[in-house]
Amino acid sequence: MKKQAVFAAVVVLLMAAAAYAAFFIAPTDSRQGLIYRIIFLHVPCAETGLVSFFVCFVANVAYVLKRNPQWDWLGVSAAEVGLVFTSACLVTGPIWAKPVWGIYWTWDARLTSTAVLWLLYVAYLMLRTLIEEPDRRALLSALFGIFAFIDVPLVFGSIRWWRTQHPQPVIMGGPDSGLDPLIFKVLFFCWVPMLALMVLLMQSRYQLEAMRGDFEMVRRESEAA
Amino acid sequence: MSLLSNTGALLGKELRTEFRSRELLMTTVIFILMVIVLFSFTFDPTSAESRRFGAGLLWLAFLFAASLMLQPCFLREQTNDTLSALRLSVSDPFSILLAKLAANTVFLLVTELLMLPVFAILYNVPVVRVFGQLLLVLFLGSLGVSIAGTALSAISAQARMRELLLPVLLLPLLTPVLVASTQVTAGLLDVEPFLQWKGVGFLAVFDVVFLTALWLFGEYLLEE
Amino acid sequence: MTATDPLQIDGAGIRFKNIEKRYGGLFALRHVSLDVAEGECVALAGRNGSGKTTLLRIAAKLVRPSSGEMQFTWQGDQDCATPRTGFVAHATMVYDELTAEENLLLFARLQRLSDPAPMTERLLSEVGLSERRGSLVRTFSRGMRQRVAIARALLQQPQILLLDEPATGLDPEGVAWLAGTLRKLRDAGCTLLMSLHGESPISALATRAVRLDAGSIVADTQQGAEMHGILEFVGG
Repeated sequence: MKKQAVFAAVVVLLMAAAAYAAFFIAPTDSRQGLIYRIIFLHVPCAETGLVSFFVCFVANVAYVLKRNPQWDWLGVSAAEVGLVFTSACLVTGPIWAKPVWGIYWTWDARLTSTAVLWLLYVAYLMLRTLIEEPDRRALLSALFGIFAFIDVPLVFGSIRWWRTQHPQPVIMGGPDSGLDPLIFKVLFFCWVPMLALMVLLMQSRYQLEAMRGDFEMVRRESEAA
Repeated sequence: MSLLSNTGALLGKELRTEFRSRELLMTTVIFILMVIVLFSFTFDPTSAESRRFGAGLLWLAFLFAASLMLQPCFLREQTNDTLSALRLSVSDPFSILLAKLAANTVFLLVTELLMLPVFAILYNVPVVRVFGQLLLVLFLGSLGVSIAGTALSAISAQARMRELLLPVLLLPLLTPVLVASTQVTAGLLDVEPFLQWKGVGFLAVFDVVFLTALWLFGEYLLEE
Repeated sequence: MTATDPLQIDGAGIRFKNIEKRYGGLFALRHVSLDVAEGECVALAGRNGSGKTTLLRIAAKLVRPSSGEMQFTWQGDQDCATPRTGFVAHATMVYDELTAEENLLLFARLQRLSDPAPMTERLLSEVGLSERRGSLVRTFSRGMRQRVAIARALLQQPQILLLDEPATGLDPEGVAWLAGTLRKLRDAGCTLLMSLHGESPISALATRAVRLDAGSIVADTQQGAEMHGILEFVGG
């Protein structure tokens, strides 16, 4: 408990440092002005979301092979944390898009794929609520999680190839996208606290799920008796 | 060898049962017909407009129809616990999934081929001259839908609210199939039709990836 | 030699070693150790939910135990190959939308029997369904369905036959027929493991009875318990 509090403090400090870097170190973009600084939240969120879903996938495979409920707890924790980051990404995207492109939502490849990704993991969590028996729930949702994750590159590929009528994304658009290299450094630095936050959230969510598992077992035992 | 002979025997059973009653095929055909007719009210189906929206509408209709048609796939096996009988009898449980997905591909293709002329006439798009290429896309797309759909219907059959759950699980997963098949079909319905090999290749990749995943993890889907 | 009237069957034994099965943490079976020797006819008794069905499904390899081991034994040899096992479950395990003959042919092909057609023919006549072979199982009475179910379980001439409350829904005539069939199998050397409710012509076949309660074995005639007491025990 104490360790976790220290870790939480470190995460807060890191986030403060990242915020400082985002606002005061990164140069102001000549075309977009101040609003572009939201990418220091937007991009790390997107990437941390993907990392969480990867953790979920690993936990899913491990559960199917080992059948240890702890992998199931990690799987659901990772999926929920991933959804939080992906949601943050989906909210900050339109906030950025409105002043820059003039509209909230464009069917841009990245935004669209992220939306599909979000739907896939909402479906994963929804499936979990509809199966009562814990072992069955763990196994079937793990299998769905595996199918969902291998679908991710296909979703990104298909949408990127065929649905990009809009200009290429401004970020990571290649070396000639005209961005200051310092921006990339700050972006990378901003990713660190996000990952740390991910670990912190996953850890607490995992503890909660473990307690839930124990509670459910006691409840079922008392019902059976 | 035993995988193929088991799959063959089971596929024969699936086809025989369905073609005897034709319940599933009839209902699915009527559903697709309904969607095609109703869709025509949402825009002005001139030839030019249909070329723009037709392919997407067609595949969306197929996808929704599939998410309904795949419901009874494993549910049927629960009535008399026949899934256990199959698991006791076959040496490789993958043959159960393989037979089911082959049967579902056949059912989907049959309904699609029945609906294609109706679509062509109502929306005034010529399909005869590109029929061969269209058949290729329909096959690869339906195969992808069936592979993912068979796997997910084994999952949804064991949950509550299964009728609603299957589309919720299946449709986002099939986004790549929808995008690729629509693009290729749109190319074929164009004034100067062309076959987009990139899309055909993409569909083949989707099919291979999901077939491999099903081969690796399929037996756990059938576990008790 | 025919399926239900065999001269000799090499029955196999089953050894459950400290089997546990948990469903989401709840015990369906706990520390079940049971040795069924070849040729034995064991009746499993116990209330609903005592773990009889789970134990049978583990023996059929439909369910994998959470811990513990199950082995097949043959003349004291522990690691013999998986014997031919037949399973008659609570559900019929045959397709309502196929005919009796189609059902048997399908399962015979899936089990890769060398001669599906003559085997099917023989079994149909032995369970008394030759005349209705071409009718859909959907149109059958409960008793006739159970006959198809038993014919399906006998397809591969099992060395071990597992039966989960096989008399459920059968009229007295059906019970008598089933008892006769099982007696022939038992006398030929087939190992029988069956869950039963109360005493009947079928329980009279048992050479041994075991009672399960809340997932544990609480009485066994081999440990001196009395057969009648185990079968008739209703529990409080």
